[in-house]
This record gives sequence, structure tokens and C-alpha cells, in this order.
Amino acid sequence: MTDLLRRYGPVLSGLFAALTAFWLLALVVLPDLYLFENSFRPYLPISEVGGPKDFYSFDNYLTFFHSPIHIQVFVWTIVYSAIVTLLCFVIAYPLAYYLSKVARSNLLPTLFLLILVPLWVSEVLRSFAWFIILALKGPLNILLLGIGVIDQPIRWLTGFRGVIIGLVYTYVLFMLFPLYNAIQSLDTNQIEAAEDLGSPWWRTHWRVILPHAKPGIASGSVMVFMLSAGSILVPTLLASTSSRWFTEIIQQWMFESQDWNTGSAYAFMLLLLCTIFVSVVMRLFRVKLSDIAK
Amino acid sequence: MSQARRSDWLFHAYMVVFLLYMLLPLIVMGGAAFNDSRFPSVYPWVGFTDRWFVDLWNDGRLWGAFRNTLFVALAVVGLSIPIGTAAAILINSLSGAARSVLYGLMVAPVLTPGAVIGISTLLFWNKFSVPAGLHLSVLGQVSYIAAFVMLLVLARLQSFDRQLEEAALDLGASHAQVLRRILLPHLYPAIGAGAAIAFFQSIENFNTTLFTRGTYDTLTVYVFSKVRSGITPTINALALILISVTLVCAICYEISRRRSEKRAAMAAE
Repeated sequence: MTDLLRRYGPVLSGLFAALTAFWLLALVVLPDLYLFENSFRPYLPISEVGGPKDFYSFDNYLTFFHSPIHIQVFVWTIVYSAIVTLLCFVIAYPLAYYLSKVARSNLLPTLFLLILVPLWVSEVLRSFAWFIILALKGPLNILLLGIGVIDQPIRWLTGFRGVIIGLVYTYVLFMLFPLYNAIQSLDTNQIEAAEDLGSPWWRTHWRVILPHAKPGIASGSVMVFMLSAGSILVPTLLASTSSRWFTEIIQQWMFESQDWNTGSAYAFMLLLLCTIFVSVVMRLFRVKLSDIAK
Repeated sequence: MSQARRSDWLFHAYMVVFLLYMLLPLIVMGGAAFNDSRFPSVYPWVGFTDRWFVDLWNDGRLWGAFRNTLFVALAVVGLSIPIGTAAAILINSLSGAARSVLYGLMVAPVLTPGAVIGISTLLFWNKFSVPAGLHLSVLGQVSYIAAFVMLLVLARLQSFDRQLEEAALDLGASHAQVLRRILLPHLYPAIGAGAAIAFFQSIENFNTTLFTRGTYDTLTVYVFSKVRSGITPTINALALILISVTLVCAICYEISRRRSEKRAAMAAE
């Protein structure tokens, strides 16, 4: 701090501190605290706010625990977000390895550019594309019928199938890039040394490359899980009535019931879920926050 | 190494399949823009039409949403650049526990679901009787986009030679001069990259905007409501235009990159 003052003087240092304080207090900490506080208060008409009925209680949270459907949706959201994360890892790992260790380096910029094109096209359009593809009379069913794999069109958009397909497509790149960065920093000589010593390919991956890729796996998993669990677009477009997502219930409390207090309680639970997931991953992979947020 | 070579073709094939997987949905979506069918689809193919593009052009609500999106994105860039840069300079001069606490607070919004950011922003400002609207969308988005700017600038600060500042101060430069003439020029590449990322993140944002926007439309919200209710191929026309713009930009970038590479190779000879 004294260092900052010496270099930039009191006025500029004060400005830096003020900007940072505005960000962290007015935009991050206080809104989240207020969300937390609000989640314990009842939903009342404006005239009764601050009145005798306005006291703290766990009622909003009890609404959740008394609703088997909401609990079920919450659990499925966790389970399917975890499955999406795992699928993204399985798809992205060979690719990350290929891009960092096998592909010719002069091809890389072109490959990355091609991979990045879907990322620049907005998320809502990416989900919409799958909405078209997965339709009952859509291209995928026509293709599968055409080559004789199936003889009845498949209803892709029932259950969680559509959501998983959409989420994996939308977020696989958030797994690929951290993995690529992590594997790329591994010295290729280490891989060759393992091979020279007679290690089969799978053991080289298991004992040399995967351990080195840990920070990449951690940050990729955190990003994909967080984005999947918090996604609103993909589940709304690609899910059916039987497969709802927790965010859709939050949205209902906020907009349809206009009950912002219960909405806060549900939003807080989503926040808690993501925080727990991040801490578990950090513990499991023994990485720091600065390794994850790169 | 021979071991790796034998499996190379498998990797190449996997790469090709992955690229197809990434790009085919976009092609299908673009193709549907020309199909003269009331529903957005490429099959059955009813006939070629350009009426979805005409519809798109005449859609006043779309243009409004487009303007709002640009307005929000520019405001987000304008706010998150100074905030992110200041936060990076501040945290760079700290060490120990204070640094890790602040760092955790700054990174946390990136790992917070967009819906939660949107709801907390809405509730908090509503307490001060600030109604929902685009201004709240800007604040909500800045709360996590500033973190991207902070991370980029912080990374750039690692390669900064701090003795330059000492030298300038010894030679009698004012604090403002040190910042403007020495530190900021070194940070410009990171600030530029931060501005680009902030701009695109803002355009792309849906979750935070959905809860804070009030009655205003932004492009993603508009497309979302259209897709959910209307089922109209005008969205395919919009998608095709966006994909084309992306591709043209990508190709231009690639050409300029190859050209400068060639020039560098020639200069090296």
C-alpha cells in the first residue's frame, strides 16, 4: 500500500482504491449480502414491508424442502450438470492433447480459428441450431432413418437428452482451452522419456500427462459445471415439461409469481451449490483459486 | 515416437469429426434461412426464398434491440476498463493475506451463476428505488466482466519493469505523468484485449440481462423470446448474417496473420 502511494501519489491511489471499492462493494459484496438477507424475509405487499409481519424466518427455504418436485429438479440439475462436465472432459481431452502435442504447429492458428467460430456465435443461436437438428422431422432423424440405423424417428427432445446434447455442444470449448493450456506447458521430453522407458500409451497419459493437466481439468470442470447448472437458455429451449432445470424454477418465482424473496432463497441455493462444487474441486485437485481463474 | 506416429491418423480423424460437429449445426441453421417453410427447418425443403431476410430488415423491434445491445456493451466497456485496470494495479502492490482475500473477492463473480448476479443486482438497486432497466444490466455485467479485465491487466503487469517508474520519479516526473507516460502504455495491449473481451461478453450475456433488463430488449433476449414463442425463420436469417460476419472477420484475420508471417520470414532471411 505504501508502495502504491509512493508511485502514484495520494490522489491516484485514492482513485484506484475508490474504483475497486465501488466494484467490490456496490456490485459484488453488498448485492450478494442483500440477496442473502432478503431470502429470509417474507414476500409482502409494499405497504406491509417493515411492518409487524416483516420478520426473519426460514419459510422461503422450507418452501423448497417441502416441495418434492423442487428437490427433485435440484438434484437432477446437479446430476446432469456433472454428467455434462464429464462428457465435455472425455470429448476435449484427446483434442487438447492433439492440439498441444501432435498437431503441426503451423496448422494451429487455423484450427483454433475454426474451433472458435461457434463460440463467437451467440449461445441462444447455438441452442436454436440444436432445436432444429433434434426436431422430430429434423435433419438428424432423417439422416439416421436414411442410413437405416433407426426405423422410427426418435423424440430427442424428451427427458434430459436434448439438454445434455445442447449443454455439451455449448460448453465443450470451456473445457478444451484450459486443458490445452495445461497440457501445452508439459515438456514433450517427459512424454518421450516415459515412452523410452517402455511405458504403454495409457500409462504415459495416466502417470505423466493427466497429473500435469490437473489445473486445466479443475478450471475446465468448474467452468462447465457452473455454466451448465446456471444455464437458462439451453434447458428452456431443449428440455420438455418432464425435464426442468433449477434455473427455470428460480425464473418462475421471479417473473411469474413475482415472489422475489423465495426467488432469492432459490438463487442463494444455486450460488451455494456452485461454491461447494468449486471448493470440492479445489480440494480434490489440490489447486488454488489463481490456478482456476486464468 | 514411432508409437505416437501410428496413432496420429486417429487423432487427425478425431479432429476432423470434432470440427464437423462444431460447424455443421451452424450450417444447418444458416440453411434454414432460405427455406420457404413457416417453421425453421431444412427438411422438408419447400423452396428457396429470401423473404426471411426482408422480414428481418423490416423488424423494428430487432433494430431497437440491436441499438440497446450496442449501448449496453459500450457502457460495460467504459466502466469495466477503468475498474479492472485500477483493481489490477491495486492488487499488484499488495501481498500476503490482503492480496488473497481481495483476489478471491474479485474472481468470485466469474464463478457465480449469471442468474444469481442478475437477481442480486436487481434486488439491491431496487432497495434504493432504482427500477430495472438497461442501466442495471450494465451494472450486473460489469460486476463479473471487470474481473476479466483485472486478470488480463494483472498478467501484463508481471512483465513490467518497475524501476522505470522509480527512474521517472527521480527525474522529477509527477505521479500522473508516471501513470500516463510509463505504466499505461505498457498496459495498452492488455487493456485493448480486455475491451474486446468485455464487448463480446456483454453482447453474448443472457442470464444477467434477463433478470435486470426490465421491459427493454437486448439482442439475445429478443432472439430468445422469438425462438420460444414465434418459431419464425427470421431468426435463421439473423443467425446466418451473424455467422457470415464472424467468418469474414475470421478469414480477414487469418489472411493478415499469414501475410505478416510471410513478411517476418522474409525479413529473417
